[in-house]
Amino acid sequence: MKIHEFQARQLLATAGIAVPPGTMVTSVEEAHTAARSLFSLGSTQVVVKAQVHAGGRGKAGFVRVVNSIDEAVAASNFMLGNRMITPQTPPEGLVVGRLLVADAVAIAHEYYIAVLVDRAQRTNTLIASTEGGVEIEAVAESRPDAIIRVPLDPILGLQPFQARSVALALGFKGKAIAQAVSMVTKLCALQRSSDASLVEVNPLVLTPPTATHPDGQVMAIDAKFAFDDNALFRHADIEAMHDPAEENPAELRAQAFGLSYVALDGNIGCLVNGAGLAMSTMDIIKLHGGEPANFLDVGGSATEEAVTEAFRIILSDGRVQGVLVNIFGGIMQCDRIARAIVGAAQTIGFRVPLVVRLEGTNVEEARRILDAARVNIPTMQSATDLDDAAAKIVSSVCANA
Amino acid sequence: MLLTPMSILIDSSTRVLCQGITGAAGAFHTKGCLEYGTRMVGGTTPGKGGQRDANGLPIFETVHEAVKATGATATMIFVPPPFAGDAIIEAADAGVGVICAITEGIPVQDMIRVRATLDKYPNSTLIGPNCPGVITPGRKIGQNKYEGGCKIGIMPGYIHMHRVDAPSRKAVGIISRSGTLTYEAVWQCSARGIGQTTCVGIGGDPIKGLDFTDLLELFTADPDTSAIVMIGEIGGNAEVDGGRWLQQNSKKPVVAFIAGRTAPPGRRMGHAGAIVGGSADTAQSKIDALRECGVLVAESPADMGAFAARALGLN
Repeated sequence: MKIHEFQARQLLATAGIAVPPGTMVTSVEEAHTAARSLFSLGSTQVVVKAQVHAGGRGKAGFVRVVNSIDEAVAASNFMLGNRMITPQTPPEGLVVGRLLVADAVAIAHEYYIAVLVDRAQRTNTLIASTEGGVEIEAVAESRPDAIIRVPLDPILGLQPFQARSVALALGFKGKAIAQAVSMVTKLCALQRSSDASLVEVNPLVLTPPTATHPDGQVMAIDAKFAFDDNALFRHADIEAMHDPAEENPAELRAQAFGLSYVALDGNIGCLVNGAGLAMSTMDIIKLHGGEPANFLDVGGSATEEAVTEAFRIILSDGRVQGVLVNIFGGIMQCDRIARAIVGAAQTIGFRVPLVVRLEGTNVEEARRILDAARVNIPTMQSATDLDDAAAKIVSSVCANA
Repeated sequence: MLLTPMSILIDSSTRVLCQGITGAAGAFHTKGCLEYGTRMVGGTTPGKGGQRDANGLPIFETVHEAVKATGATATMIFVPPPFAGDAIIEAADAGVGVICAITEGIPVQDMIRVRATLDKYPNSTLIGPNCPGVITPGRKIGQNKYEGGCKIGIMPGYIHMHRVDAPSRKAVGIISRSGTLTYEAVWQCSARGIGQTTCVGIGGDPIKGLDFTDLLELFTADPDTSAIVMIGEIGGNAEVDGGRWLQQNSKKPVVAFIAGRTAPPGRRMGHAGAIVGGSADTAQSKIDALRECGVLVAESPADMGAFAARALGLN
C-alpha cells in the first residue's frame, strides 16, 4: 500500500522527524488560507504540490514554488481538478483532488536516505547518499561510491554507532551531526514499527546557517512509503490512509473478493490459480503471439462466488476478446471452477471465445460438469495442456479480430 | 532392488505434526497427507490439547509436548499469519528438524526476525513460508494409494511419480518458488515418464527458509536425482545465485523456467516477492544469467517437462 506525501509527512512528524510546516488542502479557498498563514509566519517562498501517487510531478508543472498568496492561488487553480499526465500515470492521467501547501525552506544541501527490506541480506538496509533530490538509480549507476549502504541487524535494528557513522559519512558538521543522527535513528525505527517495505526521504535537506541554527537544520522535504500489505492488520491508522481514488476500480473490486488482479493492456483475459502459474500463463500467451489483458490469481481458497466475480471483472474490461482459464487444482478444486464457469455463463454470458484448461484436484468431476453444460456455452473449448490452451485462445481471438 | 526411495529432507520414516491441525486448511490437508501415506503423528491447537482430530490423531497444546509424545521430526504450519512467525520458532525450539510453513501472508518484518532467530537452531530447516510444501513421492500401489512416500503440504499427491514407477527409471528433483506452477512441472515430467525424488516449494515471499542454492546442493548430493528442475520468477537474485553455485560445484544437468517475462515493472504479481525492481531485475536478465551458468532454460512453461527429458537424454 502507498500513501500520499502529506500523509507521509504526518507519519514523519509524529515520529519526531522535522518537516517544514504545511497543510493539505482540497480547494482553492483552503489553499489561499494555507498560503496566507505560511507567509504571515515568515515563509519567503511557498511550494504547492499535487498529491497523487505518481512521480514526474515537477516536470508536468504540478509542483510550483510561489512568492505570494496570489501565485499560490493561481497554482492551486491550475492543479485542482486538472489531469496530471506523466510517464508514471495511466495514459489518461490522474485527476488532482488534493494539494500540499508547504513552506519552501531554503536549502544548503540535499541528501537521499531510505530504509528498505533487503531480500539478499535478509534484513532491512539503510541507504544514504550526499546526492539528494535526484533519481537514486542514476546515482547508483554513475557514482556507486556516493551511496552508503548499512545492513541493519535483524533483531537489534540500527545501532547508535551506525547512525553516527552515517551522519559523518554524509558530511554533517557541528550541531547538525546530532540532528542527522536523531533523524536516521527515528527513520529506521519508523520503518520497522510501521512495517514499511520502503521509506524514502528524498530530499533530506540541510538548511543554510541562521542565528538560531548556526549549523543549519536537518529536515525531510519529501517522503515516500510503501507498506507491507500483509502487516496492515496491526496498523489500523495506516490502513485508514488508504486512498481508493488512487487505485484501479477493477483491482479494488478484485481485492474485496480476495482475488489478486492486475490490469494490463492486452485483449486476452486470464483466470488462473497461483501467482507463478498466472504469470506463466501471461508469458505463454505472449509466446503464442497474443497479449494478456490481466494478471488474475484466484488463489487456493476462493469460493464459487469469488470465481464468478473474477469472470465478471475480466468480462467487464471492454478490451477483452477472449478468456483463458488455466487451473491446476491443489487446494483449489477444479469442480468449483467448473461450477463458476457454468454460473458465469448463465448470469454474465460468454460472448467471447473461452478456452478452459483444468488439471488437478477433482478434475474428473469438473469435466463432467462442463460437458453437461457445453450446449449452453457455445464459445467454450477445452484444452489438454498449457500449450494447447494458449494456441487455442490466441487463434480464436485472432480469428475474431 | 531397493524400493525405499532416495530423496532429500524427508522420507517414509519422517514423523509429521500439523500446527493448526483443527483449522479448516490444517484439517483438510492433514487428511490429504495421511491418505498419501505420510506418517502424520499429531498436531497442535492451543486450547484443544488432549483431544483427537477427525482422523484420531492426538492434539497437543504446544509443539514441545507434541514432540515429546510422538517423536515428530517434521511439521507443517497452517497457523494464521499474525501467529505463524512464532509457530516457526516454537517448532525450532522444540527440536523439529523440517519446518514447513504453508501459511501465506506473514509480515516481512516478522520473517526477518524469524530467519535471524533460526540461526540459533542449526538442526532445524525452514521451508517457506507461503509455499505448497515438500513431497517425496511414494510408489503407487493402487488407485490413489501410495507407499513409502512422504507428502508434507498441500500439493495434489497423485500427479507425482516415484522413480521406480517411472517408465524412464529416472527422476528429477524440483525446486520452485510457486505452488501451482510446480504442479505443472511435476505433471509434465510424470506425463513423460520422468519420476521425482523430492519436490520442494520454497515459497513466494522475499524472506524465507531454504533457497535455490541450499536445495541445489542437496539434490547434487542425492544419487537418485539425475537432473534438477528449478522454477523461478521475477524479483530477487536467488535463482542466479543458485546458477553460480551450480557452475562451480555441480555436474548434474539443470533445467529452469523463469516466470514473469511479461510482468510490468513496479507491479506486484500476487507473490510478495514477485515484483520487478530496477532495470536489471527482469525475467530476461535472470534467464540470460542462468544460461551463462550452463542451465538449460525453457522459454515456455509448457516445455519444462520436455527440457527435463532432454537433460536426461531421453529424446
